[in-house]
Amino acid sequence: MRALLLFAQSIFPFLVGVIVLWLVSNGLSGTWAIILMVAGIDVILAVSLNVVNGFTGQFSIGHAGFMAVGAYTATKITMALRDVQIAGLPVGVSDQVIFFFALVAGMIAAAIAGLLVGIPSLRLRGDYLAIVTLGFNEIIRVIIENTRFLGQATGISGLPPLTNVTWVGMGVLATVVMAKRLVSSTHGRALLAIREDEVAAEAMGVDTTGYKVRAFVIASAFAGLGGGLLVHLLQLCTPKSFTFIKSFEVVVMVVLGGLGSITGSVIAALGLRIALEGLREFAEYRMVLYALLLIVLMLARPTGLFGTKEIWDLLPKFLRRRAEPAAGGTP
Amino acid sequence: MTQPVPVLDAKKVNMQFGGLRALADFDLTLLPGELVGMIGPNGAGKTTAFNAITGVYPPSSGDVMLCGERVNGQRPHQICMKGIARTFQNIRLFKQLSAIDNVRVACHHGHKAGFAASLLRTAAFLSDEERITKRAQEFLEVMGLSHRRDSLARNLPYGEQRRLEIARALATGPKLLCLDEPAAGMNASEKVALLELIRKIRDLFSLAILVIEHDMRVVMGVSERLIVLDHGVTISRGTPEQVRKDPKVIEAYLGDSYLEEKHIQVPVGGA
Repeated sequence: MRALLLFAQSIFPFLVGVIVLWLVSNGLSGTWAIILMVAGIDVILAVSLNVVNGFTGQFSIGHAGFMAVGAYTATKITMALRDVQIAGLPVGVSDQVIFFFALVAGMIAAAIAGLLVGIPSLRLRGDYLAIVTLGFNEIIRVIIENTRFLGQATGISGLPPLTNVTWVGMGVLATVVMAKRLVSSTHGRALLAIREDEVAAEAMGVDTTGYKVRAFVIASAFAGLGGGLLVHLLQLCTPKSFTFIKSFEVVVMVVLGGLGSITGSVIAALGLRIALEGLREFAEYRMVLYALLLIVLMLARPTGLFGTKEIWDLLPKFLRRRAEPAAGGTP
Repeated sequence: MTQPVPVLDAKKVNMQFGGLRALADFDLTLLPGELVGMIGPNGAGKTTAFNAITGVYPPSSGDVMLCGERVNGQRPHQICMKGIARTFQNIRLFKQLSAIDNVRVACHHGHKAGFAASLLRTAAFLSDEERITKRAQEFLEVMGLSHRRDSLARNLPYGEQRRLEIARALATGPKLLCLDEPAAGMNASEKVALLELIRKIRDLFSLAILVIEHDMRVVMGVSERLIVLDHGVTISRGTPEQVRKDPKVIEAYLGDSYLEEKHIQVPVGGA
């Protein structure tokens, strides 16, 4: 009985999510839907990067590299199975099922990439890790640009337009729920301990390298999800979507919202994307804007908009206890 | 009667940093339930000895045995799991975390639920969390910090931060507790109270405790045995009484001129 209840609790946010998203997607159309989807994908990227940069206190600036791995994996699968229909299912449903598995495959591929990059490089600290991740980002891009199978510099076009508001919304929900549950668990506390003081964490029995790798793998997997969703929205998979500039964009979102705040990442990602859409005619000055934004932020509010605070910290105490059993005492 | 297996048995531990020999032929045996003080002037190698034991820096040579098992060369978190916990000279709490979370991090080992379980919130995970929280609360209580449960570590007053560090170390379930100047920065009466608390902990958890202390008078009163380091060399060891009278200790602490003035002869050679 208890297990059943737990299971229900576990999938409850997703059940609510599906209904809400279905209603929303019917009421939305055209440009706004697209902006919202792009913004949603940014939320997935920012929140997942926050697991590494915010919770664990490492500095990765190669998120777009993992996006690329996920995106190309998903693209290859949907393109290969474009004309396949799963027996007994209508075309629309069959496509969605294939898309789901393509996204999952993209996540797995990105996670493996994260593992391969993480194991050797997470012994490094601070700036060194940043350089390694940046290097990895460039390596991925260069490999893609030189591989015929992956469409070289022109990329792969004509992808089926499978990404819709519901998919993105579910992705956002999955990412936020993952991050929130992770951070309030014993594993999440181990990550926070690494951020606070690596030497002390190690002395308290936290396998710091192991935990950094795990955080990195999870973040990479969700970056892969973001990549898969993005290319099926643009219907085009090209290395230009996964340059260092994209990585930097995500870092700006995370820092802007506050390292270690899920709420901050969500709001910064939504805000920045919508602001950029409003400033479309100044698109060339995007990097200038980012740099200025960061400088102003560092001077005015070095912790980011939210610091490490969360919106659910504002909930009355008894509600929070219920929502977050890990933090509660024994009754 | 057979001797009990020593909790800690350090044999000829050397620590070399380039041309500097920070610790030379360090020997130390601790039996279960013993409270040993380590004293010495600044730069004597006390903290280096701690780092060698806890694996922060692997010793250049020598053996560190914990309950008969060789642990040197292992990573600090592995050594911690084996049963050596420590505090730090300059407090190293997880400043942005609450007091209870600081302790809960240390209860982290022994949890069975994996990463996936914590994301799915399985029953195993929840019961693990409950157990960890309960355990952490017990340790806060022992150190008299229950009322600070949800305060951020950095907001605690200095003395409570020191105690929280000890609570955190205890929560790892150690056989040997190493305290690096736990009373630093406290006044005399606070120091005495803290050392009494340390003694209480030793009796409560039947631990072996190794305390570094700068202030000789404080540690004299509380430990059964003392070991004195100077320039990485063990210059004296024994009961507080023996150590207090050892001219080499007096020399290290008070300098040659004091000895000359008092006409005390320092024997040449090892202690």
